[in-house]
Amino acid sequence: MAFQILLNFFLAFLWMFLQVSFNSSTFIVGYILGLILIYGMRRFFKQEFYMRRVWAVFYLTLLFFKELILANIDVLRVILKPKLDIQPGIFAMPTELKSDWEITLLSSLITLTPGTLVIDVSDDNKVLYVHAIDLPDVHDAIDGIKNSFEKAIMEVSRNG
Amino acid sequence: MTVIVDGVIILFLVIGAFLSLVATFGVIRLPDVYTRNHAASKAATLGVMSTLLGAFLYFYLIEGHFSSRILLGIAFIFITAPVSGHLISRAAYNAGIKLADSSIRDDLKDKNKR
Repeated sequence: MAFQILLNFFLAFLWMFLQVSFNSSTFIVGYILGLILIYGMRRFFKQEFYMRRVWAVFYLTLLFFKELILANIDVLRVILKPKLDIQPGIFAMPTELKSDWEITLLSSLITLTPGTLVIDVSDDNKVLYVHAIDLPDVHDAIDGIKNSFEKAIMEVSRNG
Repeated sequence: MTVIVDGVIILFLVIGAFLSLVATFGVIRLPDVYTRNHAASKAATLGVMSTLLGAFLYFYLIEGHFSSRILLGIAFIFITAPVSGHLISRAAYNAGIKLADSSIRDDLKDKNKR
């Protein structure tokens, strides 16, 4: 991925030298032309076309913001309800993610998800311990959200 | 045009102040450290973020000054708030602070017993 970006920069500079005009608009035009070129030559690279991963990161960011807003509405509802009848609890959630940064990202996402907060990660990085503010209410919904998060993170970190 | 801009700025500032207020209510009302942490780490994050966004829009659209530091501040709060919430509740759990009486499940206890 880093190699493809470097190559794209190189192609943009090449375009600037061919045009003999050294300003940012020429650079951007050259970068876009290089992008098209790299897309055309994508089967010669070992890894997939890098814009796909850029798109995956962008999608993950959007997901982050959407969950933050939903989480706030949920917490608002819990706090402002006249009768406080929540049932908190800690449950264990197995995860398939391997590397440290993926697990960090997943725990931040879970912490910003409606009604959940990561308390501990097991030593072998396989189980997350999550505190839920209202356990019976969210337990099913949580699983679906987790799957979509895990999938989105895997989409970013996938090789090949 | 200015009316719309004013409206958007006011909306962001009022939402930010309201969310911070609700977070404070939550810290007072909820039963234990962990549920309080929910309120503080979520509602306060979005509250501060939308207040900063309102300030950013005010300086950009009305004063004509693009303040990139406010945007950086939003990004930093967005990254650090969930981590601090996690650390506080983890420290509380490891210090042996009990969950609220209405809690119905505790998987972490089994793990620490092993």
